[in-house]
Amino acid sequence: MKNIDIKRLLYTHLLCIFSIILSIFIPSVFLENFSILETHLTWLCICSVFVTAVNLLLYVVVKPSASAKRSSLSYKVTRFLKCCIYFLMSCFVFHVIFVLYGAPLIELVLETFLFAVILSTFTTVPCLCLLGPNIKAWLRVFSRNGVTSIWENSLQITTISSFLGSWFGAFPIPLDWERPWQVWPISCTLGATFGYVAGLVISPLWIYWNRKQLTYKNN
Amino acid sequence: MRLGCGAFAAGCVAVEVLGVALFLRGFFPPPVRSSSQPAPPAAPEPSAGASSSGTKLLPPLFGKVVVMLIDGLRDDFVFGSKGVKFMPYTTYLVEEGASHSFVAEAKPPTVTMPRIKALVTGSLPGFVDVVRNLNSPALLEDNVVTRATAAGKRVIFYGDETWVKLFPKHFVEYDGTTSFFVSDYTEVDDNVTRHLDKVLKRGDWDVLILHYLGLDHIGHISGPSSPLIGRKLSEMDSILMRIHTSLQSEEREALSPSLLVLCGDHGMSESGGHGAASLEEVSTALLLTSSAFSRKPGEVRPPERVQQTDLAATLAVGLGLPIPQHSVGRFLFPVMQGRAMREQLRFLHLNAVQLSRLLQASNPVYEREPGFEQFKMSERLHGNWVRLYLENNNSEVLLNLGAKVRRQYLGALKSLSRAVSSQVAQYDIYSMVLGTVVVLEVLALLLLSIPQALGAAAELEVPLSPVCSLLFYLAFLLLWAMHVVVCTSAERSRYLCSLTWPMAGGVLALVSALLCGVLSALTRTCVDGKLLRRNPTPSSWRWSELDFLTLAGTAGHVLSLGASSFIEEEHQTWYFLVSTLCLALCHESYRACFLGEDGEPRHCSSPASALQDRSVSCDVLELDQACQSPSSLDGLGGREKYMALASPWLVLGCCRLLRSLNQTGVQWAHRPDLGHWLTSSEHQAELSILSALSLLAIFALVQSRCSPLSKGALALGLLGVYCYRTATGHLLFPWQQDSKDLSRGIIEARFVYVFVLGILFTGIKQVLKSQVLTADVQAKTVGLWDVHSALVLLAALLFRPHNLPVLLCSLLTQTLMARFLWRPLGHGAAEVTIMHYWFGQAFFYFQGNSNNIATVDISAGFVGLNTYMEVPAMFLTAFATYAGPVLWASHLVNFLSWEPSSDLALGRACFCYALLSSIPVSAYIVLVTALRYHLFIWSVFSPKLLYEGMHLLVTAALCLCFTAVGRSSTKADTGRIARC
Repeated sequence: MKNIDIKRLLYTHLLCIFSIILSIFIPSVFLENFSILETHLTWLCICSVFVTAVNLLLYVVVKPSASAKRSSLSYKVTRFLKCCIYFLMSCFVFHVIFVLYGAPLIELVLETFLFAVILSTFTTVPCLCLLGPNIKAWLRVFSRNGVTSIWENSLQITTISSFLGSWFGAFPIPLDWERPWQVWPISCTLGATFGYVAGLVISPLWIYWNRKQLTYKNN
Repeated sequence: MRLGCGAFAAGCVAVEVLGVALFLRGFFPPPVRSSSQPAPPAAPEPSAGASSSGTKLLPPLFGKVVVMLIDGLRDDFVFGSKGVKFMPYTTYLVEEGASHSFVAEAKPPTVTMPRIKALVTGSLPGFVDVVRNLNSPALLEDNVVTRATAAGKRVIFYGDETWVKLFPKHFVEYDGTTSFFVSDYTEVDDNVTRHLDKVLKRGDWDVLILHYLGLDHIGHISGPSSPLIGRKLSEMDSILMRIHTSLQSEEREALSPSLLVLCGDHGMSESGGHGAASLEEVSTALLLTSSAFSRKPGEVRPPERVQQTDLAATLAVGLGLPIPQHSVGRFLFPVMQGRAMREQLRFLHLNAVQLSRLLQASNPVYEREPGFEQFKMSERLHGNWVRLYLENNNSEVLLNLGAKVRRQYLGALKSLSRAVSSQVAQYDIYSMVLGTVVVLEVLALLLLSIPQALGAAAELEVPLSPVCSLLFYLAFLLLWAMHVVVCTSAERSRYLCSLTWPMAGGVLALVSALLCGVLSALTRTCVDGKLLRRNPTPSSWRWSELDFLTLAGTAGHVLSLGASSFIEEEHQTWYFLVSTLCLALCHESYRACFLGEDGEPRHCSSPASALQDRSVSCDVLELDQACQSPSSLDGLGGREKYMALASPWLVLGCCRLLRSLNQTGVQWAHRPDLGHWLTSSEHQAELSILSALSLLAIFALVQSRCSPLSKGALALGLLGVYCYRTATGHLLFPWQQDSKDLSRGIIEARFVYVFVLGILFTGIKQVLKSQVLTADVQAKTVGLWDVHSALVLLAALLFRPHNLPVLLCSLLTQTLMARFLWRPLGHGAAEVTIMHYWFGQAFFYFQGNSNNIATVDISAGFVGLNTYMEVPAMFLTAFATYAGPVLWASHLVNFLSWEPSSDLALGRACFCYALLSSIPVSAYIVLVTALRYHLFIWSVFSPKLLYEGMHLLVTAALCLCFTAVGRSSTKADTGRIARC
């Protein structure tokens, strides 16, 4: 049972990675002068849309979490609206955190905000898909020994690796190499993306590796 | 013999300071020159056999010399588009007038004082000169100004006060303007220009030196592209025109021509600062104008690149003075072009002889230098030429030979000058290696004793076994043999070899003793490890995220020191780490708050030493205490719980605010920041309000834990701080509308000093009393807090007014963190120490410091002092610079003395503090040794090395204080236990 789950996890993750790769190549067909570095903001928007779409699709198709008991339409709508609000809030919170970390307050607001959006896409959207708008569950998943399934485990890994990626992405900014990707926030967004992709790759492997040790409360 | 780990750590750091001092002595060897050495007589003119008449000095080329030095005059301000636009007269001189223009290259550090020295002595001031001469005492080295005064020339100076300090008795007339207030760029120059008319009319002088500061100040305020620059350049152009026309009209009366020199001391980076080695900072304009220079009409002379040091030799030759002994420059030959061949050759010979003497003094194998060989050959040719000349052979042969000799001489001068310049930086590798060995041994000792120091007893065994002493003697003998071999085979002077043998023996004994200590610690660790493997005890201690962060942060910071950009922008590293630390604390407090009940009992696991080994966590005593203390957020009331949730965000907000208060570093230093906004003269009212509010808030934060007596003293002291700043004109009183004349605020500052000393005295008295007489913990905490508040008061006095919010935020952060995070979450001594250390480092940069010498605020050393007094000024400057780390360390002592077993905690804290600051120092020393031929070694790495050395010294002092306090509390605890 477990192996099947891990396989499903791997396929969904590969799909996510594929969507990111598509977001790099598809726009250059439709848009002229598209490149990740020069039209960075466009790419950010497209990548965010792609990843969100794939996540939602997977949520609908794979249904990793036990579906809610009450599935009335109004409940679904409120849940969806709540998710949207949570997503927006997480964007704003990330924006505030970036500013507290030293991002310029007045200049480059759009760049900073789009970085917040893409980081929310990599972290909050999967959380919302999997856990729903439920802060308690989030806190549980992100504390030690709190995960209850491989899905949550992989969520933990991808989220942390996205954060770590954007954290490490800030490192090259003070260096004097004068490369175009050292500009705020490009190195951070690239770091977040690499971190997310790395998390997507690592988490199925890690879970497969440790499948003997991993015991979940409800299994 | 057993030793408490605090005392052990303090001893280690003290030894490490010795090691670093030895390393620094080897890294910055003082230049090989002696000021007392009499000048050698002028070399006679070479002539084969016959004694010639040319031993006398040559007559001066110019009757009068005016040096117009414009601070920060970059080359493109004169020769570039700006020059064409704003300096029409100068451009005319450059393009058509009788002038020679050069781009003079300044050597880093491109700071005014060393550059002035380079201009007048022609030597390259060593890097240490910058530090040694922060107060610029009189220049004792051989230089043009001293020579001119000695030769009876009358020298007049107007401009930057630095000159007056360098040459206190040399000028017949002077008016120094202070360069303290960078925001003023009109008055500093008007102060110089107002004397011009009088002086130019009078004409009873030989040398006139003008030093204009305004341009550099504009650069500092608004950068080289500001519109103010253009206006200033036009002003300078008109002044140049005035001087030039006046000189020309005077020349018609006098016979000898005069020389006008326009030069800059250093350039200006694109952000407007200077000090480093970028092309914009080292390229300065140099323009020599005299009617003696001939120029064919229409001749285009693009500015040639020369060295700044060449000007000293040129001025000496121009005034008919001997070239300064230590000058490494060659005189600017175009100046001589119109003269007779014999004179030309004579001057070239004099310069070459001076350079070759310098080379002989600094290089034992000087004969092998190509420049020296060239010089000998040209001297021989010169002799032949003189003989031919004396035979009155006026043929074509003489002319051709002369031209050949001249060419030879110019080549020789070039290579000699290069050889001598490269001789300046010679590392004393032997001292460096021994210093590094000491530092590394201390680090190894500290690292190996981590398990014991953070273990239950926090005590260490001092190895005194016979095996150890045997090892010691062996190592000592070996080292002594090595020392003898090194010293006897030395080509160059080595510092350790020049010491008396007991001193050198002491150093070697220290090295071998440390080696024995390291080896015994190593064997002990191995034995312990084996024992532990045989009967492994289940370890209850787990790594928390915070421990990971602190370890990774420390390691990352050490690694980052390898890149010059990361050193320049080190503040970013600390801001980043501190922000991350706040977020980690936030995460922890949220988890403790919301999942407190089902989270694992983290607070009762051994008190969290990030550096603690897994093997030593059987720490029963500590465990008990940690569990007994009400150390969970559940114990807090509702309001306090919310504060615990909000305080990380408040701290983050504070940090963000402070980050935009002072932009430091290099890349973003030009960004507008709140500090500049506040210090500009239009916003004095805002600055006054902000300072008053900050002082009030500081009082509110500090007073609650003070003794009543010091509470009053603190209030009066803070009032005195405000009065002092109004007296110096930084701040305003609401009722004082008209600006009255400014005093230096001596009385007010001394008034504050009295209160500082008073509070310090009561605090120390309380601590001593609690230590000796009554084992009263309460009295001791109050006493320690009094000491802390005295330090806060002193910092408030010394900080610039716009930096008072830094002090306020530091106190606020300390209060919030201690009350709502560290104490409720039950962090151990080691973790708390690491966090204090990080915050201390971050606040060091929040104050506006950087790894550049230029940001040290020297004015703090003059607060309340009438004249420059070396020791108090040094102490005050050091305190003002390191106020952030010192205040955080003193808060650490206060925080830990509040805890139940404060002696153990203080010992551990002292150990961690010592370890934390010695890891970067040791790594950095090794790194600098490896990178000693790096391009940025003088501009980036050396200042950082000095900062690291100073930081280690401060740490050593702090560790001693820690140990002293810890000692007293040991007695207090034993007293308490006895009572129980």
